[in-house]
This record gives sequence, C-alpha cells and structure tokens, in this order.
Amino acid sequence: MPVPPRPAPTPGTAANAGPELPVPTPTRTHPDPPPLRTATGILTPVTTDLLPALADRARAAAHARTPACPCGAATLADRADATVVRHAGTVAKAHAPDTDPTELALRVTAAAHLPDILVPPLGPTPVDLHGRLVTCWPYGTPVDPDDPDAAPWEAAAALLARLHRTPAPVTLPPMRGPAKAARAIAALRARAAQHPGAAPVLRAWAALPAWARGEAAMPDAATLCHGDLHLGQLVRHPAPEGPWLLIDVDDLGTGVPAWDLARPAAWYACGLLPPDEWTRFLAAYRAAGGPAVPPDGDPWPALDVPARALTAQTAARAVTKAVAADRPLDEVERSLVDACARMASVALAFPRS
Amino acid sequence: MQCPKCHAPMHTYNRNGVQIEQCSGCRGIFLDYGELEALTRLEAQWSQPAPPAPPAPQAYPAAPAPAWGAPHGHHGHHRHKSFGHMLFSS
Repeated sequence: MPVPPRPAPTPGTAANAGPELPVPTPTRTHPDPPPLRTATGILTPVTTDLLPALADRARAAAHARTPACPCGAATLADRADATVVRHAGTVAKAHAPDTDPTELALRVTAAAHLPDILVPPLGPTPVDLHGRLVTCWPYGTPVDPDDPDAAPWEAAAALLARLHRTPAPVTLPPMRGPAKAARAIAALRARAAQHPGAAPVLRAWAALPAWARGEAAMPDAATLCHGDLHLGQLVRHPAPEGPWLLIDVDDLGTGVPAWDLARPAAWYACGLLPPDEWTRFLAAYRAAGGPAVPPDGDPWPALDVPARALTAQTAARAVTKAVAADRPLDEVERSLVDACARMASVALAFPRS
Repeated sequence: MQCPKCHAPMHTYNRNGVQIEQCSGCRGIFLDYGELEALTRLEAQWSQPAPPAPPAPQAYPAAPAPAWGAPHGHHGHHRHKSFGHMLFSS
C-alpha cells in the first residue's frame, strides 16, 4: 500500500505549531507486569521475547511505509531503559519499563508538532508490546561515533536555542534531567557507596539546590527543554543528508533550559571537551538567540548548578560502572570525580536576575 | 616643515605619544593620518575612571570556566576513548 509522504518541515515553529492535537491515550493490550521494586529502583521484568516482537513491529511499520523493503534490520540499542531496533528506514523503540503512558503520549505528540526541531514520530500513539510501550520513528543518520571531531556542535546549539524559544505545543510534564541525575546518585549509593570516589560525588550532590536534585519544582516551569542532550541525540533526517534534528523525547518537558547546555559545559569544565568546541557550541547557541544564558558575558552564573549536577551524575555513573566491572576508574572518569571534589570549596553561582 | 596656511615654520610636539605639528605663526595644528583618532582615544580615557586592572593571564583566555573546573592547561587535546563513549551517552 503506498503511503503518502509526510509534509515537509516548515520554518517557524511557533507559527506552525497549529492547534492542539488531541492527545491519544495509549492502549495497553496486556496488563502491566508487576515491577519488582527494590532499594535501587525498578528491575526490568524479564521479557526475553521483547526483542523479536519489537523487530516484528519495526518490520511491519517499515513495510507499511516501503513495500519494496530491502530489509536492512539491526538492533541499535538493547539496554535496561530502552531497546531500539531498526528495520530499513524505520526505528521501533521499546521505552523503559516504568514509563508513564500518559506522559510519553504527551511527549510524542509534542515531537509531532515540532518537525523542524525533533524527528517526528510515525504515529502519535505509543502501543503496548509485551508490557512495554513502543513508538515508531523514521531512521535518521547519526553522528559518526568514530569521528566525534565532526560533531555538529553548531547545529546542536541552534536546535536547542530553537527548542528553548518555542512555546510548548501541548502541556508537558517537567523535563526529566534532574530526576535522571537523582536516579544515578541513588544507584551510586546503593551499589558503590564504599568506593573512594563515591564520597566526593555525594558531597557535591548534597550541596546542590533541591530542584537540581529532582526534589523540588524547577525555577522555570515554562521553557521547553530536551532533558538529555548528548551527541547520540542528533540525527540527519531525512537520512542521509537531511538537516540535523534531535531525537529521544523520553525526558522532554518544561524546565531550566541551561540543563540542555550543561552536559557539554560539564565536559568542558572537567577538561574533557576542548575549549574551542565548547566555545563554538556556546557562541552558536547565543547567535541563535537561546535564552538559557545571557547574550554575552560570563555564562557560568546560569550554567553552574546544572553543570555541577551533570558532573555529579556522570561521575556517579562512572563509579557505579567501575565497581560493577571491578576495575579502577580511568583517566576521564577520575577527572569527573576530581571536579566533584573541588566543588566543595567553591560557592554555588546563581543566575543574575 | 612650513604651515600650509601662513607658511610660517611648524614645530613638532609630542603629547602622550601623539606627534603634533603646530605653526609658530598662526598657531594652527597639523595632524598626521590616525592622530585625530589617537587623540580622541586619549580624551575618552581621561574622561573615564581608571580602567579596571587587566585580568590575570590564563592559558585559555577566551572561554570562562567555573572555579571547580579542571586547572587551566589540563584540557586534553586528544580524545580519550572513554570520553568518546561519554559524548554519546546519557
């Protein structure tokens, strides 16, 4: 069956956001499997048949779009929090087991409204598959992981600036950055508290304001944020040469936009990202009118709290992983823990109002 | 040098590093290329409070960084494999 082409993205996000789409209620065909709650969080119910079922779903969605399918199928990710398979030009994602269906539907609907910022979904409704919510997306060409020097910092910054300047097209839940950071800290406490790297990370975390620890509402409840920016969140769509767009709506929501700049900011502060790459990213964000930092001068009063939080989160993940693998921290991981240790002696900076 | 107006001899003075020729007859002043701008700059400095002390020299003067950041000069210019992975991870 031929599928009509989707409308091309048009410039001007606020103007083309259009009237609110009805937000579909996800349909579950299976009862929720009971999640196993432990002190460390939620264990994934064992669904060994998820991957083949998800691959089937991707194949069906791909063949609906392209009947003469060359069937280049691949598993792109198979983690506790997400399983992603590709079938030709279609990607099917099984979201984390604890994903809230209503919130996910809102986030997917928002992406459908913002086709010049986020890759638009193939359908607005997450569907249930073996107890996991599944969404389908067009495949986009990712940043080459073997050539991070070709990272599209300018495009990433311009997309974030556009996102931050666009009114939320539907009422969205809070951006999940702080909640995800809190989860990484909880895992560190539960699984690696005895590691010598844990104490400085936990001290740096404890010094943060409650909103940055996911324990209070964020001081900005209006700005649209991605919530989980890294180079894996950028693809060219349509593949292979289309414009760069953002993917992954799982953490999308309203909040403090500096959070979206804070991972590159943290990498730069920890001495990992070369200054010229950070400067390119920041300058492009400012040139595009991004509101997270003042248009000139020192950006750090706005970046300090989120960059500390993301440094602590990344350090917590690193220590937890090193303990699980029974190996020492590598040079990069040590630089994150060292930065957390230095935070204790430097007072928090706050944005100038 | 002679004054282009009254042809009296001109004398050269140096004021704050700017070369000025003044006519000994009509007291007219002759400025070389760029000297008017130099004088304007000097005037602006005099009318303003003392300039702030120059910032301490840094290894990377362009981009500010937080005080808890890595010491200046510790920025890696090679991509560590572990950081390459981190660039693509939550």
